[in-house]
Amino acid sequence: MNKGIISLLIVVLGMVFGTNLWSASIQRAEYGQQLAEMQFAVPEDQQARDYLGLKGKGDVFKIPEIDAQVVIVEIFSMYCPHCQKQAPALNKLFTSINNQSALKGKVKIVGMGVGNSAFEVGIFKKQYAIPFPLIPDGKQAIVNTLSGVVTPWFIGYRLNKDGSYNVFYSKPGGFSNEKEFLATMLELSGLPEGGDQ
Amino acid sequence: MKRSGWIVVLLLAGVFVLSQNISAVSQALEGSIYQVGKLKPIDSVLKVKVGDTAPDFTLQAVAGGGVTLSEYAGKKNVVISFVPAAWTPVCSDQWPGYNIVKDLFDANDAILLGITVDNIPTLFAWTSRMGELWFPVLSDFWPHGAVADTYGVLRTDGTAERAIIIVDKKGIIRYIDVHDINERPLLESIVKAFQKLQE
Repeated sequence: MNKGIISLLIVVLGMVFGTNLWSASIQRAEYGQQLAEMQFAVPEDQQARDYLGLKGKGDVFKIPEIDAQVVIVEIFSMYCPHCQKQAPALNKLFTSINNQSALKGKVKIVGMGVGNSAFEVGIFKKQYAIPFPLIPDGKQAIVNTLSGVVTPWFIGYRLNKDGSYNVFYSKPGGFSNEKEFLATMLELSGLPEGGDQ
Repeated sequence: MKRSGWIVVLLLAGVFVLSQNISAVSQALEGSIYQVGKLKPIDSVLKVKVGDTAPDFTLQAVAGGGVTLSEYAGKKNVVISFVPAAWTPVCSDQWPGYNIVKDLFDANDAILLGITVDNIPTLFAWTSRMGELWFPVLSDFWPHGAVADTYGVLRTDGTAERAIIIVDKKGIIRYIDVHDINERPLLESIVKAFQKLQE
């Protein structure tokens, strides 16, 4: 086999495996960009405000303003059975992150209650003892913007020091093993071990 | 390039194309909900009003047996949740929400009755996907939509409205919300109605 064929084989194999790896982590990446441009009301709950550590001082915030290096967003609904089943694993993910000093404060989780009122989000938070902030969708802005989104849907953001961000993960469906999911998030985010200094 | 080389490349290209289809199939598996599009918000005329005695009914439950509204008289407030049809977008994410707030209903001495005009096998298949529901799901399939029609929430296409009707322990209708079929009623509207029951 000559060099030309070998080169072509490498290109085609790269297309097969590279594209599958990419599609495994990124679907509808525009959801991530659209969500990042939206404004949400700053939570009234002080614990949630402290966790988010928002850089802005107004009544509203955008996801890239969260004080973190990686933000994992779960788009959920209290009416979604899969989100209900997902809740315990997500709580374990939160605990797993916070138990690692290298990740605590650098990797954060936020839930976006698509189509859910503040009351409904509050019900979900209470029923499943969710320790991280859940943001309501009072004016149905998420529903109207993220057309066709299914729940749960996870989006991973890498926040850069200059205020910019990259969407490294956007995919429907949940997970059962929080350690595997966290490992995937860290790998795809490119966060150095121990986080950025 | 030699002919054999092109064959290998074409075979691998075929694998690439097939691999993309596999990804599309896995997404399609999630698409078991029939998209109905935007519907006329309300397509019926109520035949009952707040203060009326709730028309009694007996309907077959998915879990088996019949459920009769008047059996709750003197025991429970009854929240009747009519939803238009199984396997449709808004309906499919309404009752699962009610399924995690049994404590809210218990605190207000209330039971929830979920009703659609679908038949029992359809309702069984649909509600099985919601997990184990704590409230009865009832079929108003035959005579088709008779109970929905009695209350005036049967639409002209044979589906029911998305309606919440609350009947107190005396059998009196205390709350009616015939909601825009395209939207899910807020949970807090039921909670506020519970509060009014105490007044």
